[in-house]
Amino acid sequence: MTPDVQLAETVRIQGRHVLATLIRTVGDLQLAEDAVQEAAIAALRTWPTSGVPHDPAAWLMVTARNKAYDMLRREAARPAKETAAGWLPGVSSASVEKEAIDMAEPSTVLDDDLLRLVFTCCHPALAREAQVALALRTLAGLDVAAIARAFLVPEATMAKRLVRARRKIAVAQIPYRVPSDAELPERLPAVLAVVHLIATEAHAPSSGDAVVRVDLEAEAVGLARLLGELMPGEAEVLSLLALLLFTSARRPARVDADGDPVLLADQDRARWDHAAIAEATNCLAEAVRRSGGVAGPYQLQAHLAACHSTAPSWPATDWPRIIALYDLAISVSRNPVLALNRAVAVGERDGAAAGLAALDRITALGGSALWHAARAEALRRLDKRDGARAELAIAVGLAPTEPERRLLARRLHDLRPES
Amino acid sequence: MAQYAMLLYYDADHYWTTDEEVKHSPEYAEFGQTAGAAGVLRGGQALHGPTMATTITVAGGKGGDVIVTDGPYAEAKEVLGGFYLVEAADLDEAIRWGSQIPAAWRGRVEVRPVFEMNDAGQPVG
Repeated sequence: MTPDVQLAETVRIQGRHVLATLIRTVGDLQLAEDAVQEAAIAALRTWPTSGVPHDPAAWLMVTARNKAYDMLRREAARPAKETAAGWLPGVSSASVEKEAIDMAEPSTVLDDDLLRLVFTCCHPALAREAQVALALRTLAGLDVAAIARAFLVPEATMAKRLVRARRKIAVAQIPYRVPSDAELPERLPAVLAVVHLIATEAHAPSSGDAVVRVDLEAEAVGLARLLGELMPGEAEVLSLLALLLFTSARRPARVDADGDPVLLADQDRARWDHAAIAEATNCLAEAVRRSGGVAGPYQLQAHLAACHSTAPSWPATDWPRIIALYDLAISVSRNPVLALNRAVAVGERDGAAAGLAALDRITALGGSALWHAARAEALRRLDKRDGARAELAIAVGLAPTEPERRLLARRLHDLRPES
Repeated sequence: MAQYAMLLYYDADHYWTTDEEVKHSPEYAEFGQTAGAAGVLRGGQALHGPTMATTITVAGGKGGDVIVTDGPYAEAKEVLGGFYLVEAADLDEAIRWGSQIPAAWRGRVEVRPVFEMNDAGQPVG
């Protein structure tokens, strides 16, 4: 990291604490965001020459608070009917004037502010895509242009989405508070789903791409870590962190030198991040201890990811355990992709013919490149090369992304027809 | 505090049809007592069914032709059956009340923040 990038990272990470507390004290998400943004710009302008202050968070807090009060004074000077709608419940401008931010606030209070922000961003009254955008904007501190790039939408679209979400928070008065223990079971899944979605939307930057892409996978891991610190008792939070760590640990081996995807079976496992896998293993063990024997959906997925990430090779993977885990997962959710993955595992445990039979029992995936590619692989192993070629040709046509299309086309090319 | 309109939607095939059904619904009576005692109710009415509805459209902007049609605005399977006006501290509290309205399990309840107006009819806040 260059000093400039490091400085920007410090400002971004400290900024979210500052933002979370400022929202509570000024009661207005947009105003707090603007103030923190201005404080960050001021920091990046002055710190390189004046030096990084002893306590960067305190510096940012004081600066952002002053900017916010300036904005409020300007707002108050305008005629009443022009003032923006934007007060969060329970906060009046009078209380803002009275309440000074105590720099010595204990860290538990600051953590509570972050949790308030987490649950406000992920409130069920907001659309999922708005939750994701808000989480990346406020909790991860990404700017609108970066979020728009990450989700491949125009910046104006993303800006509009964020404006609408903030307006809904203000007008419908979505509260800025941590749910009670009784409410947590219904509120936590949305938070976990937002972080999981950010991870699964992660697009690895393709080679030679000059545009700096936001690393959504790293952002998701960072957010899961934050949730783990804020809610250390929640087993599913730890399971999600384990799942994301197991998956992201494989990243160095996921693309080849040409930027094409490499299947799990063919990945060079020496290139995986084994420190991350060890951390994930510890997280999962802790999650199991705290869950009291009842595995939540993320724990199930983390166990599956663990089977793959801790296996010495593809053939030496614990397929019976994987099949048992998929059986459990399928008993909760009838997602046909789970059945597809289970069928692939059956093929590894019992041979290609059994795998093919399991694949043929799945009827819902005729339009999926994955299903046709899995059939092609089973047929190839049974030396039915013409059948395999036909399936690969269909899969190439159905592949959703260009790198996947290239991968399938290469496999088709490498498979010679039966004589 | 804010006011929220709770709009009660029913499946068109299971819409209650008579005043008697409305008056003698013990679940609604229970909600009325609970929310009334809590002092959050600001108003509300049950509505006649969609066959009694009339939809008004003004074509071509203000002052244009008034087109009146029989039936509800949307020919949907779900219809608006009534509403409550509830005052609550925030959306979570409003949702807590909304989830106690029988329509929440017999159909669904839509929560809409009320646009506050001052005496001059101008939006506030």
